[in-house]
Amino acid sequence: MTTGTGIGASIKRREDFRFLKGLGRYTDDMTMPNMTYCVFVRSPVAHAKLGKIDLTAASKSPGVVAIFTATDLEAVGGVPCGWLVTDRHNKPMIEPKHPILAAGKVRHVGDPACAVIAETYAQARDAAEKVSIDYQELAAVVDMKKAMLGGAAVHDEAPNNLCFDWELGDKAAADAAFAKAAHICKIDLINNRLVPNAMEPRAAIGAYDLATEEHTLVTTSQNPHVIRLLMGAFVLGIPEHKLRVLSPDVGGGFGSKIFHYAEEALVTWGAKKIGRPIKWVAERSESFLSDAHGRDHVTHAEMAFDKDGMALGLKVDTLANLGAYLSTFAPSVPTWLHGTLMAGQYMTPAIHVNVKAMFTNTVPVDAYRGAGRPEATYVLERLMSKAAAEMGMDQAELRRRNFIRKFPYQTPVAVVYDTGDYDAHLDKALALADYKGFEARRAAAKARGKLRGIGVSAYIEACGIAPSSLVGALGARAGLYEAATVRVNPTGSVAVMTGSHSHGQGHDTTFAQVVADKLGIGIEMVDIVHGDTAKVPFGMGTYGSRSLAVGGTAIVEALNKVIDKGRRIAAHLLEASEADIVFENGAYQVKGTDRKKTFGEIALTAYVPHKYPIDKIEPGLEETAFYDPKNFTFPSGTYICEIEIDPATGETQIIKFTAADDFGNIVNPMIVEGQVHGGLAQGIGQALLENAVYDDNGQLKSGSYMDYCMPRADDLPSFDITTTNTPCTHNPLGVKGCGEAGAIGSPPAVINAICDALRDYGVMHMDMPATPEKIWRALQVAMPKAAE
Amino acid sequence: MYSFDYHRPGSVADVAKALLANPEARLLAGGQTLIPTLKQRLAQPAAVIDLGGIADLKMIKRDGATLVIGAMATHDMVARSADVKAAIPALAALAGGIGDPQVRNVGTIGGSVANNDPAADYPAAVLALGATVVTNKRQIVADQFFAGMFSTVLDAGEIITALHFPVPKKAAYAKFEQRASRYALVGAFVADTGAGVRCAITGCGAGGVFRSAEIEAALAKMFAADALKGVKISVANIMGDIHGSAEYRAAMVPVIAARAVAMAV
Repeated sequence: MTTGTGIGASIKRREDFRFLKGLGRYTDDMTMPNMTYCVFVRSPVAHAKLGKIDLTAASKSPGVVAIFTATDLEAVGGVPCGWLVTDRHNKPMIEPKHPILAAGKVRHVGDPACAVIAETYAQARDAAEKVSIDYQELAAVVDMKKAMLGGAAVHDEAPNNLCFDWELGDKAAADAAFAKAAHICKIDLINNRLVPNAMEPRAAIGAYDLATEEHTLVTTSQNPHVIRLLMGAFVLGIPEHKLRVLSPDVGGGFGSKIFHYAEEALVTWGAKKIGRPIKWVAERSESFLSDAHGRDHVTHAEMAFDKDGMALGLKVDTLANLGAYLSTFAPSVPTWLHGTLMAGQYMTPAIHVNVKAMFTNTVPVDAYRGAGRPEATYVLERLMSKAAAEMGMDQAELRRRNFIRKFPYQTPVAVVYDTGDYDAHLDKALALADYKGFEARRAAAKARGKLRGIGVSAYIEACGIAPSSLVGALGARAGLYEAATVRVNPTGSVAVMTGSHSHGQGHDTTFAQVVADKLGIGIEMVDIVHGDTAKVPFGMGTYGSRSLAVGGTAIVEALNKVIDKGRRIAAHLLEASEADIVFENGAYQVKGTDRKKTFGEIALTAYVPHKYPIDKIEPGLEETAFYDPKNFTFPSGTYICEIEIDPATGETQIIKFTAADDFGNIVNPMIVEGQVHGGLAQGIGQALLENAVYDDNGQLKSGSYMDYCMPRADDLPSFDITTTNTPCTHNPLGVKGCGEAGAIGSPPAVINAICDALRDYGVMHMDMPATPEKIWRALQVAMPKAAE
Repeated sequence: MYSFDYHRPGSVADVAKALLANPEARLLAGGQTLIPTLKQRLAQPAAVIDLGGIADLKMIKRDGATLVIGAMATHDMVARSADVKAAIPALAALAGGIGDPQVRNVGTIGGSVANNDPAADYPAAVLALGATVVTNKRQIVADQFFAGMFSTVLDAGEIITALHFPVPKKAAYAKFEQRASRYALVGAFVADTGAGVRCAITGCGAGGVFRSAEIEAALAKMFAADALKGVKISVANIMGDIHGSAEYRAAMVPVIAARAVAMAV
């Protein structure tokens, strides 16, 4: 157990004081002089031609400052997409324009057609209600299978609503593997659409300073520099030096705040137009209709095994719903973040993945906690447990038999795993879950009239998507490095400017621990600064569990430069050779002597360079590093879920949930545990509770918390969590990332447990969310048969 | 929210006067339905008359074989009341299971009964216990009070002042929750009143809360959970939505009623 505040210490999160005391500073907390308020008029229908937009009454409404429609934005670009997927016919994806305000057509319920700006929020709302729009309704495209048949098209450019038809892997090899299979396991499944539901709804304030010609955007973003780039370069044509983007405290994102949204562009553009700041804050019901949703795959998959249960091949065919427009990273999610994970922890030699991505008249779909990896894990881990049941094998044993044990490992789906030890977390999880004792517990439950089941899931994750050269080749229109500046102040305190945004992850604590540890100074001497393009050198932001592995490494690289410069200064002061100076415990010491200078003394000397080798070394102590990783990191883990079903109602209760994760080295175990808890809650939420339901007309039927079920504390058991530690081999901290694992590994564990509980009834699959009614219905079909 | 005039009279008589002066006014009890409706701009009353200033409406007392609960008693007051716990523990438990602490601290029994939400809990208790709804004009027995979803026989200008619950021999309420809202998907209140068994079902009636003749008949023979095995409820008057089909909810009625019977004390 590490003591102190350095790497490995479970210190409390420093940022929580201000959050718990209500001292956080969020976008909506900010008010600018002379500010106006914006309300968007959003389409109430899923698909319509826009007829006349009558602004007569609205314009006369008290307090109205301006009303904008697509006509006003003709010179403005559309919301850009940051990833170009090239499909299996070597054609680029179809990329229709995504206008800031709907032009000609509305394409989903919630599509903004008009922006009303007024002196107060209430006046903007009043005026918005007076906007009269003639929606000439068109048939809505909702179901992906029907969408492919033609008829109604979301975009004229895509008559069959197909954005791209992508593949990965070797189809011929997979077919050959299937030809010699002893057993083929088949599954049809749905990865249900989710609404992200960050605690803080999205918000944005645009401002323009006529004196400096500088635009400012305050926005709820996970990556302010990315927004500056996308909006500045592609939408509004504002050069970086005239556009400052701030993302102050942000109340959660889960991916939904990665993307550049139309509302940000509108308030930035509009602020210059009207010469006053404009604020927009989403209402919760607006969030349901405008935050990019997650998941939404329909998949058929088959896995071939030999007679000993060794996996021979895997074939996956998926329909992925992109919604009405291409959100920022949407094309990457069902492709490079999904297909590449299909090897999982197994040596399956031949894999082929086909993904057809579809436009529909629904809210755009993009990365949501896990982004592609939960979808892949769900397919693979359902197949493994289903195959085990069909072959009469133990689900843990089938997995173990197929584990990869030699690293680095080149998968058949492009990625190379650097390291891993899958037996280690499987063993640990099996012990912690008392897997051996399960059948006795099943029997005891049966005596109480309950159906008990156990489900195993062994996930792999690819975090810290990189390197830039590779992702560029795969279609990314950005690099995926991270930047950090370490500024040592004259008296030895340190400010670290990082491109990794913190919106719940605890960076203020974790990063400070790394800095304090490396410099041998107290954590109170370290400030972490993020979320402002005017302060931070550059940043690609926070997503894909990349912050510590990529952003943390950038900090370490900058720290190394600082330490090296300090060594040169110390060598001068101590009249020794640089090679003889060691830096330990916050001091530079001449090897084998007691002569030393503390880090603080060196800092002071750097800024007060009286006795200083000014001809050889610049004054000051501040260094910047950009770090571009050599590879992804590959966390892995084993999750075991144990449930009981009440056959009278179909209700599922999670009795026990065990998670054994390999995150490599860990900086703050308590924060990691919190991340796993949150991820598990979201994954269990997907498996049992959450579901975005559209009707045939494209109306979102689960558009509020009355109908969209978020997991609550009493839906969840007390988690049993442990870690194993196989350090990442290609970053200096040996870290892998922990933010998404819980959401990736848990859904199949839950569903596998439910299917295990129902195995005597011949129920081999249960779609998510596994509601009481679905389970009850399966039992109504199966029970009479079982009784025969 | 649109703007409206706000009144907070100190007596029921003054409320009646205010209603007469503002026929389009809405009465505000706990506001757990009205306030969200106003916030979402789904209602635009010219005036809101707040009943919160009338101290008399908040009392709870035992009056012989009757439990009297003022219309403005909050769910939390009912849940914690020693009189309620002693007389009808099922009612205290029901009140303690409504919504969350914030809702229970503001929501009222009179508001809930007057609103007659088809998934609300209190209407089941009122109907199963054979309570009497007391208004500023008359007394209405439960069997004649509820008139379909979100509808009652209350006249314009009529104000619920109290509910009179006859104390049963034993009773219980079981709720199968819709997981998102935690309202009742199916709620069953069973009561052995001494003069017969009554069972009211909430959460799934196409016309709101209703008494189940099938359940009552089975329990009249034997007041035990096992008596409900094999009882079938017709789907004819059961509603369905994305949280549960009519068929499923109908099937759950005897299951949840049996849970209530097993709990009844």
